[in-house]
Amino acid sequence: MSTAPTELAPSATETNESSPDPQAVASPAGPHGSSVPPASVPPTPGAARAVADYSGYKVVAAKHPWRWVGTIVVALGVVAILFSLATNPRWEWDVVAQWFTAESVIRGLGETLKLTVISGVLGFVLGFILALMRLSASPLLVSVSWTFSWIFRSTPLLVQMLLWYNLGYLYEKISLGIPFTSVQFFEVQTTTLISQFAAAILGLTLNQAAYSAEIIRGGILSVDQGQLEAASALGIPAWRRSTRIVLPQAMRSILPTAFNEIIGLVKGTSIVYVLAYSELFYTVQVIYNRTQQVLPLLLVATLWYIVITSVLSVFQYYIERHFAKGAVRTLPQTPLQKAKKFFTLRTTAKDLR
Amino acid sequence: MTITETLAPAQTRGLVEITEVHKSFGALHVLRGVSLTVEPGAVTAILGPSGSGKSTLLRTINHLEKVDSGYVAIDGSLVGYKKRGNSLHELREKDILKQRTEIGMVFQNFNLFGHLTALENVVEAPVVAQGKTKAQARRRGLELLERVGLKDKAHAYPRQLSGGQQQRVAIARALALDPKILLFDEPTSALDPELVNEVLDVIRELATSGTTLIIVTHEMGFARDVADTVVFMDQGQIVESGTPAELFANPHEARTKAFFSKIIEPAFNI
Repeated sequence: MSTAPTELAPSATETNESSPDPQAVASPAGPHGSSVPPASVPPTPGAARAVADYSGYKVVAAKHPWRWVGTIVVALGVVAILFSLATNPRWEWDVVAQWFTAESVIRGLGETLKLTVISGVLGFVLGFILALMRLSASPLLVSVSWTFSWIFRSTPLLVQMLLWYNLGYLYEKISLGIPFTSVQFFEVQTTTLISQFAAAILGLTLNQAAYSAEIIRGGILSVDQGQLEAASALGIPAWRRSTRIVLPQAMRSILPTAFNEIIGLVKGTSIVYVLAYSELFYTVQVIYNRTQQVLPLLLVATLWYIVITSVLSVFQYYIERHFAKGAVRTLPQTPLQKAKKFFTLRTTAKDLR
Repeated sequence: MTITETLAPAQTRGLVEITEVHKSFGALHVLRGVSLTVEPGAVTAILGPSGSGKSTLLRTINHLEKVDSGYVAIDGSLVGYKKRGNSLHELREKDILKQRTEIGMVFQNFNLFGHLTALENVVEAPVVAQGKTKAQARRRGLELLERVGLKDKAHAYPRQLSGGQQQRVAIARALALDPKILLFDEPTSALDPELVNEVLDVIRELATSGTTLIIVTHEMGFARDVADTVVFMDQGQIVESGTPAELFANPHEARTKAFFSKIIEPAFNI
C-alpha cells in the first residue's frame, strides 16, 4: 500500500487537469513526492500560445489503486480457501486419492461417458431433424415437431426414465407389423427389449433432442435469409443448402448453448440412478453407503465431473474457433500460440543479451 | 476475342419473355400485368422509384417469386411451370433448380457465403448443381476471379473484402454457372460512391459478352451508357420503355418526366 501515493503524485501533476497545484497532491507522499514534479514539468509551458507543444511530455498510463486493493483482497480469499481445503483433515484427501482411480469408479466413469456420448450424439441428430421439421412448410411436420418438444420439455426427466423402464407394464409385447391386419414381422417381450441401458439412452436422448431442436432452430433462424436465397438462385439443392450453407453459419450461435447442454448432460446422466444403472454417481453412492465416507466420495465424483467439463471446454474453444472462420476478420490467437510467441520472444531477447 | 465472335453463338440463347405477370403480397398488388420482351444478348436497365415492383419483377424471372398469373419464359420454355394439355403444372424443386443454373443473379447485399472463401463461393454451385469436378471448377473459378480483378483475393473470406470486392466476387459466382441470363438487383446500392465504379466496370465489360443482362439500378448515367433498352416502372406497371437516347431525352409519359426531372440532373453531374 505504501507505493500507491507515490505513484499517484506524478501522474496527477503531469496530466495537470484535476488539480492546478501539484504540491497539494504530492504533499501526502512527503519529501519524496515533492522532488518529482520539477523534473517532469518542461520549462515555460507558455500559457498564451494557441497550440501547445506536447512532444517533450512522457505519456503515463492512468493508475488504478482500487483495482490493486480488490485484487489483493480476492487473492487473500483464494489463498485462505485453498489453505483450508489442504489442511482441514475432514476433507479426507487420502480417501479421495484412494478411491479416485479405483476400478469400480473408473468403470462408472466409463458408463457416464458412454451415456453422454451416445445420447448426446443421437439427441443432437434427432434435434437437427426436429428443427428442420419445425421450419418446414408442412403444417403437419411443424406441429409434430412442436408437440414433441412440448411433451418432452414439460415432463420431468425422472418420470420419463421410469416410464421407459416400466414400458413393459404398459405394453407387454412390442411387435412390428402392418397396422389393422394380422400380418406381423416380429414380436418381442418389452422387458427384454428395454434394458436399463436402453431405458437410460431412450430417456436421455429424447429429452436432449427436445432441447437441442430449439437450440438448432435458433441457430438456423440467426442466419441471414439472403444466404438461402443466393443458394437457391445458384441451383444448390435443399439438403445441401441446409448442411453446407446454413448449418455451418448457424453453428456460431448453436455451439455455446450446445456445449452448455452437453456439459449439463454429463452431470444429468446421474439421474439414471433411479434405474440402478451403475454410472459414476451411482457407483460412488453405493461405495459411500458401504464405507460411510460420504464427503470424500462425493468429491471423487465431483473431481471427475470437473475433469470431463474441462476437457469439453477445451474442445468447445477449438470447435468454436473452427466455425469462426470467415465470421471475424482475423482469428485471435489460441492460448497455445500465445504461449509459444511469449517463449520465443523471451528466448530471442535472451540471445540478444 | 472480337465482339462478333462472342455474340454469334449467344444470340440464339437468352431470350426472356414476360407476359401479363401479376403478383400480390397479401393485399399489396406489386405487379399489375407486366409484359416485357428482352432480346438475346441485350442489356436492359429497369428504372423506377422504390416500391415500383422492379426487384419483384426481376425475382420472378428465376422463380424466386412465384407469379400469381401470367408467365415468364426463357428461350420459349416456361420458368417454374410445365405445359401439359390445357394446364400449367408447377415444376418440382429439382427441375426449378436446374432452370436456375441458366440464370445468374447478383444481389444488392451480395449474399456471399460468409464461411467460405471467395474461391469456395465461386466453386460451390458448378460442383453441386452442374456436376463439374472440383479441379475443373477451381480452374474456371480462378479465371473468373481474374476477370473481375480479384485473383489475389481468391482465398480471402468475404468479411476481409471491401463491398465492391464482395460484389465482384458475387458476379464471378453468378458467372461460374455460365448462365444465359444475368439478373442484377441494384448491384451498387449497398456500396460507397467510391466503390460503385469498380462494380459498374465489370458489368460494362459483361455487356459486350453476349449474355443477356437485366439490371435493376438507380445509376442513371450507367443505364444511359450501357443499356440497349431502358424500362421505366411505377406502381407495378411498365410506364414506358425505349432506347436510352429516346427515353432520357424525350420521355412521353408525365410520370416518367417527373421521375427523371428529380433524379437525372444530379445523376449526370457525377
